Amino acid sequence: MPDTLLPRDGLVIVAKRDCPTCVLVEPVMQSLDRAGPLAVVSQDDPTFPSGVRSVVYDDALERSFRLNIESVPTLIRFKDGREVERTVGWERKEWMRLAGDAAEGKGLPAWQPGCGSKSVEPGVHEALIARYGDPGLKSREIAVGNWDDPMEACFERGWTDGLPVVPPTDERILRMLGGTERKPDEVVGLIPPNLASCTVEKVAINAVMAGCKPEYMPVVLGVLEAALDPLFVLHGLLCTTHFSGPLVIINGPAAKAIGMNSGVNALGQGNRANATIGRALQLIVRNVGGGLPGAIDRATLGNPGKYTFCFAEDESDPDWEPLSVRRGIAPGKSAVTLFHGEGVHGFIDQRSRTPEELVRSLALGLFGVGHPKLCDAGNAVLVLSPEHYKIFKDGGWNRRRIEDELFQVLKRPGRDLIWGAQGVPEGLPPKYADQLVDKFQPMPDGVLIVRAGGEAGLFSAIIGGWPGQRVRQECQSVTREIRP
Amino acid sequence: MNSQPKLRDPTAESSPVRRARLVPPPSLDGKSVALMDIGKSRGAEFIDRLEGHFKKVGVATRRYAKPTNTKVAPTALMQQIAAENQLAVIALSD
Repeated sequence: MPDTLLPRDGLVIVAKRDCPTCVLVEPVMQSLDRAGPLAVVSQDDPTFPSGVRSVVYDDALERSFRLNIESVPTLIRFKDGREVERTVGWERKEWMRLAGDAAEGKGLPAWQPGCGSKSVEPGVHEALIARYGDPGLKSREIAVGNWDDPMEACFERGWTDGLPVVPPTDERILRMLGGTERKPDEVVGLIPPNLASCTVEKVAINAVMAGCKPEYMPVVLGVLEAALDPLFVLHGLLCTTHFSGPLVIINGPAAKAIGMNSGVNALGQGNRANATIGRALQLIVRNVGGGLPGAIDRATLGNPGKYTFCFAEDESDPDWEPLSVRRGIAPGKSAVTLFHGEGVHGFIDQRSRTPEELVRSLALGLFGVGHPKLCDAGNAVLVLSPEHYKIFKDGGWNRRRIEDELFQVLKRPGRDLIWGAQGVPEGLPPKYADQLVDKFQPMPDGVLIVRAGGEAGLFSAIIGGWPGQRVRQECQSVTREIRP
Repeated sequence: MNSQPKLRDPTAESSPVRRARLVPPPSLDGKSVALMDIGKSRGAEFIDRLEGHFKKVGVATRRYAKPTNTKVAPTALMQQIAAENQLAVIALSD
């Protein structure tokens, strides 16, 4: 529809007071107004420029958007209601070519670059597309009543994990899609249990709902791709009666770039990236895959990590081999490791002073995973705090040494573990009575060691795995590089 | 510009846009039915008749009433109805 406030035959200048070049050419705009016809579209001040009869205040930036303005001032010449020419910034020769002698601007420099248009500021452009343009989104629209709270509408439709979600509006989804170079219609994979096709657009919608920032998108996509690796057995994990859910560990520059927490309270609350990336994965499984608690998710008790469970490894010590590198990713690359994790089990040892003492002590804690008398009933993640790690480092033990020594002390005589031993029916079959039995699978899969945590506290954390990991060739932790 | 809030569906879109109603139970055996009078005139007569019918077939009922017909039911009343019953009939009659 033609804009009746702009001349069909004449000039339009888009400007803002906040732009020094626009202020510089204010006398030129006044001169062009006298030569007429002219309309100035002012983005930020209805009284700017002074001395011009037709100033169209564009505080909603709709005209700037529809005129596709990228910088100001922009001078456009219209003929028969159609744009025929435009120039950006101030360049006397160009302005005079478009607008004639009235654009001479005596006394002004011959040339001065303009400023960015308000309509293309970060976040604004996506909002304008959502309001006035075609967002190009394929997901169906859900109308919400004028007087209804969109957040409550999300609850009513069963789209949440029990906590409020950010309502997925076009504006927010477009901003989220701006965080990845991948096309919105690209299929990331089939999400269990319904094996529903999940596009980058659906990932973005759920990332919005989880509270992610657009710059988290490459990590969220990497996490999802790792979760869909058949070796991770996401379907089995989400329908198990066991406690476990996906635990996400991020390594490499991506974790630093988006400000993930690997320090104080790394496994707790308070960091947006940690909190929302893990949550986005769970919302995708819920919403796209249909993995609903009480339906296909048959967890007897579950664990709080099924809202979100995601943290970064502390890679600040150059002597430490990061988890991702240990698992085959090149140093310096960003990666995600997914583990079938139950809740955090705190491990206290304030008396050990040597690596030998501490590794034996840690083994006592690790024996408790699943049940102290069960072996190979799930692997474990050991989150080493800085103070516990220091004991190993001071003793000259690196990751490999810790793994090797830990594996050796995680063996127990079968006679102590068989059914009925220690007066407890649970345990191993009698055939193990004369064997030395490994608690976990061989390293590094048996115990994934990760460094994280605050500087103070001789505490580490043990995160038990899922009994499904027993079938090693079919179910494992997965590590994948994160694509930019 | 349409000011009606609009969201995008985060699901695989395998269910209709309109939310499905709860499926009625196959039987009323062992269920308790809430009979709620919203306070409009003659609503109580309707509830009385229903109560009689339910009693005849041995279905338990409980009576509730909104404090006023001009406002939505208080949350506490809604929670009480949900906690004590499996079904509800709301008398809307004038």
